[in-house]
Amino acid sequence: MGFKVKVEFLGGLDVISNKVREHSLKVPLEEGEATVKDLIELITKSIIADPKDIPVFIEDDTVRPGILVLINDTDWELEGMEEYVLESGDVFTFTSTLHGG
Amino acid sequence: MTEISAKKVKVSALCELCHARKAVMKRPKNLQKLCKDCFYKVFETEIHNTIVDAKLFSPGDKVAIGASGGKDSTVLASVLKTLNERYDYGLILVLLSIDEGIKGYRDDSLATVKRNQVQYEMPLEIISYRDLYNWTMDEIVSCAGIRSSCTYCGVLRRQALDRGAAKLGINHVVTGHNADDMAETVLMNLLRGDTARLEKSCAIITQSAGSPIKRSKPFKYTYQKEIVLYAHYKKLDYFSTECTYAPEAFRGTARELLKSLESIRPSCIMDIIYSGEHLVLAPKKKKITTSYKTNKKKTHTENEVNADGSVSLGRKKQFEDGNRCEKCGYLSSNRICKACMLLAGLEMNRAKVSIDNNTAVDGAAVLTRTLEQLSF
Ligand code: SF4
Ligand SMILES: [Zn+2]
Ligand SMILES: [Zn+2]
Repeated sequence: MGFKVKVEFLGGLDVISNKVREHSLKVPLEEGEATVKDLIELITKSIIADPKDIPVFIEDDTVRPGILVLINDTDWELEGMEEYVLESGDVFTFTSTLHGG
Repeated sequence: MTEISAKKVKVSALCELCHARKAVMKRPKNLQKLCKDCFYKVFETEIHNTIVDAKLFSPGDKVAIGASGGKDSTVLASVLKTLNERYDYGLILVLLSIDEGIKGYRDDSLATVKRNQVQYEMPLEIISYRDLYNWTMDEIVSCAGIRSSCTYCGVLRRQALDRGAAKLGINHVVTGHNADDMAETVLMNLLRGDTARLEKSCAIITQSAGSPIKRSKPFKYTYQKEIVLYAHYKKLDYFSTECTYAPEAFRGTARELLKSLESIRPSCIMDIIYSGEHLVLAPKKKKITTSYKTNKKKTHTENEVNADGSVSLGRKKQFEDGNRCEKCGYLSSNRICKACMLLAGLEMNRAKVSIDNNTAVDGAAVLTRTLEQLSF
């Protein structure tokens, strides 16, 4: 059971993951069952190094405003945002737009 | 595009401009869904239109791009190069960077600018605080504390950019300030009741009285989100580490507020700028607020740096045209310019620590008095 997706933190957001930008993440659910909501939770549990950094990534149970989310290089707003159903091999890119101009 | 054959694309997922390719992004400005190519086209054309409408450039102009290695100025360099070639602006573009002397931040971002220099085939000039002022930001912070870092840095940067441009014989500096930055500044000035600054905060071109150097913001109407997307899709090389000395708290909070508003109503960025532009037209009233403000101002020391690095040092008397700083010759409404005053304060600190029998007592006394007039 479970499948893998790729998660990237760009634009300075890698501060929440010990400066590691790319992560291969195992989703412990059946393909077709997991949504971005589950992915966000999984990220806070298994990738974010210091729990204090969770608010850097999350606000009100979703990705914090100012963080741009791409699913397979497409704006997540076109993919259903939190409701998007994960597929094996998907690439999720989280880019901070708040860091240094 | 190969993506189309890989997966069946629903009609609703198609680009709303070309109706041929899969949309990859949604514009915050008008919620339009665009494919990569149409997004590039629209993004670049809007900036071109802004440049033309505001008559920012004339053929043959030599223009310095204030380059930090960050996303905004990197995209600005890339887009200006593209537009200069596409529309025959006839501009000579130069990268102008400031080295504040911040270890682990500016040294790394300057490496990015040096790569940009090669990528965009533009000359690069780096002006360092150390050369110009004999102080690095790291030294200033260790002497004056982290709290006022941005206040010092903003004053010094403004002057450094001007001096760098003057050195290159350039009288126009473009910066990567975008619509989000501008809305943020409007919001901050609004929250502080700073009506005088509110008026200027939406100007696309700014120039201090008597200064030969003008500054402009070609990204005035460009969303942060689109700049980041453009950089991402075009795989531009930019640097995104935060300054070690975190930006002032008030601005940070205003930024978060704005981002939250934007997530509910993306057009609010444009709407705030629109409001800001129109507030300019409202005259009078100023007198009442100014007198009220004067007392209030003193209590605020933290929120003094503007997005463009300029700094509000309390109420200003009439600016006398062409007045120059007695110490360094930089344009100044006072006898001593802001930068020299700040630096003199630092030198005094440094001197106090080491020796007490300093000969420059007179100068120090004058400076102390002048410093007291400021609102730090
Ligand atoms: S955050 Fe403050 S100290 Fe750092 S570079 Fe910007 S103005 Fe200077
Ligand atoms: Zn298209
Ligand atoms: Zn001076």
